[in-house]
Amino acid sequence: MKFGISKEPINIQEVIDHVVQRNAGAITTFIGTVRELTKGKKTLFLIYEAYESMAVKKLEQIGTEIRERWQGAEVAIVHRVGKLDITDVAVVIAVSTPHRADAYEANRYAIERIKEIVPIWKKEHWEDGQEWIGDQLEKVSYPEGKPEAKHLDE
Amino acid sequence: MNNVLFFAHLKDEVGAESLQIEAKGKTVLALKQEVHETYGLSSFNSVMTAINEEFAEDDDVIQEGDTIAFIPPVSGG
Repeated sequence: MKFGISKEPINIQEVIDHVVQRNAGAITTFIGTVRELTKGKKTLFLIYEAYESMAVKKLEQIGTEIRERWQGAEVAIVHRVGKLDITDVAVVIAVSTPHRADAYEANRYAIERIKEIVPIWKKEHWEDGQEWIGDQLEKVSYPEGKPEAKHLDE
Repeated sequence: MNNVLFFAHLKDEVGAESLQIEAKGKTVLALKQEVHETYGLSSFNSVMTAINEEFAEDDDVIQEGDTIAFIPPVSGG
């Protein structure tokens, strides 16, 4: 799947293979992994949950946005759901473009957009409790799915 | 009738993934307020709403059969 939600471990090479194209001079791959320490607090494991049908649509939307902004770009994004342990891969984003600068920029754009508009949530489990995490960007809502490039620098 | 979906902490608080609610003709905001009061939900301020898998505005009017989803701030990635 080029844009998808996966209950199984993500096959990283498969995501990359979706963006291989003859006009590409670069492919960037972002691999988001489960971190053990956040502000000194130790995570035991995470549960990711998605509104799957909408999440897939929003991942596709991000792909469309990228193809509009960066000419010749190809994008593939797969996000994992379920229980993830420390170091597990939560998300893989592959972007190919004719030139390397665009591949880096567009890939960065994709992860920031995921954190804004894709209905996926993580529940942190610590030694002393658990909590659904929200609003990691310390922002409110984006009814139009709008905030754009300026947020990339925040 | 309308299928109303809850996720993350909202699902925990409501105690269900989905509920059947008669919401036809109501605005998103009116349904939000109704659900907020009925289930005594803690924070509803930053919750977004989707109608049929597309983000909606507070003043959008719900139609018969629409699927409504309340979407807490997301935390994927």
